[in-house]
Amino acid sequence: MNAVYLFFQTTGELIALFLESMYWSKAAVRNRDKVFAHMVEIGNKTLPVAALISLFIGGVIALQSGPQLAQYGIQENLGGIIGLSLVKELGPVMGSILIAGRVGSAMTAEIGSMSVYDEIDALRTMDINPVRYLVMPRLLAAIIALPLLVIYMDVIGWLGGAIVASTNPSINVSFQIYYNNLSSLVEFKDVINGLVKSLVFGIIITTVCCYIGLRTRGGPREIGTAVTRAVVLSFVLILVSDYLMTSALLSLGLG
Amino acid sequence: MTQPVNEPFVWEKYRQGRSVEAVGVVIRSLNKSFGDNLVLRDLNLEVTPGETLVILGKSGTGKSVLLRHIIGLMKPDSGAVTVGEIDVEDQEFRKKHTLAIVFQSAALFNSLSVGDNVALYLREHRIYGEEEIRDVVRETLTVVGLEGKEDVMPSELSGGMKKRVAIARALAMSPELILYDEPTGELDPMMTHTIGDEILKLRKRFVVTQIVVTHDVYLAFYVADRIAVLDEGSIIEIGAPEKLRRSTNSITRDFLRSL
Repeated sequence: MNAVYLFFQTTGELIALFLESMYWSKAAVRNRDKVFAHMVEIGNKTLPVAALISLFIGGVIALQSGPQLAQYGIQENLGGIIGLSLVKELGPVMGSILIAGRVGSAMTAEIGSMSVYDEIDALRTMDINPVRYLVMPRLLAAIIALPLLVIYMDVIGWLGGAIVASTNPSINVSFQIYYNNLSSLVEFKDVINGLVKSLVFGIIITTVCCYIGLRTRGGPREIGTAVTRAVVLSFVLILVSDYLMTSALLSLGLG
Repeated sequence: MTQPVNEPFVWEKYRQGRSVEAVGVVIRSLNKSFGDNLVLRDLNLEVTPGETLVILGKSGTGKSVLLRHIIGLMKPDSGAVTVGEIDVEDQEFRKKHTLAIVFQSAALFNSLSVGDNVALYLREHRIYGEEEIRDVVRETLTVVGLEGKEDVMPSELSGGMKKRVAIARALAMSPELILYDEPTGELDPMMTHTIGDEILKLRKRFVVTQIVVTHDVYLAFYVADRIAVLDEGSIIEIGAPEKLRRSTNSITRDFLRSL
């Protein structure tokens, strides 16, 4: 019974934190420097590792599915398969998991350490709302930067697939055929589908990581535990919400 | 908070006639427990405007919990804390009174420089323009003997310097009441003396109420106008340092033995 109570309590508090952050987005212009700094952290500093991951994801899909398709002589569909799987699923999910691990963990560690060492209380005594000062800029930065990062990962992933498809002799699909198939199968609504997902994942990561950071008590050990909990919970919620969103978008004809 | 007329301070230029005076604190029948552990028991205390009151007590007697009730970071199970005749839990309280606290850990923001830490309150509440904020930061850091340290990061400071920056940050808020949570905890005797001097300096230079919570009996007798002895969640004795020196209470006598 306690677990059920805890589940609903945590869910309620997460939603309340998200809504309060959105309320404080009215102060976004005043805090634009902070929003921009977090966007750089989420976007700019993640670019190299995001490129590496997506290049290899695109490449490995081509390597796995290309020869199978070639057996039936339909390898010219590889561009569309890689294009769709990246734009609708792998781009948003892998990008978000990367951000949860790289940036979400740092959010929990920083805010958790501020909680443990009285800095959050210091903000409150200065009548500075911690949600406005700490959570809102991170949330807005994630909402803006994560979809952009996902587009970037999609494009690099397509490129990775194209390189393998054109250079692997057992696939042997030229750049031109790969591109033609990709552009004929990937529609604008598929890109929107992926961007909506990445936006929701950005909200999940920031809200979960900031929430757990704000509730951290104790000392350095508890900060470490909080980081682990935040990253694991973010991963679980990203995958569960991905399934739920996919079924919802399918039923709306956007899947 | 005001300062003697013959000693101009940069805030006066920007206060625009707003009068800031020291406030008194009244605590009535305060009770607080965590689970079965009753930390504050029917605690009563009055602090007069402008005095420096030291709450002296052993570790685990509820000193920090009491301080957190005075500044409104904790809600009592029963009883009330009134600062300047307004309950600290009142919605309007923060609009009418400015309280500052110097935490035991100093609680400086590690991602901000010393200057930005001191300026944070003024910037976030848009009290002054950037130029005036720089003046206030320079003046407050000078008051605590850290002039020119604006660009230093907190991680480069010693424990004592962090406490002094925390005092400067409190001072920049132009508060009516400053609370100190174990200001000399983890500091060597020389630095204890320096922090004591800072508290005395503020008492002489500004009209501000100060409440210092400590187990450091030396600091208590060095800075206090009055000392309140806290034991098991209640004030067992209160009075001027000279009066406490003649106390017959066994707990107070225990403290005096370490002097």
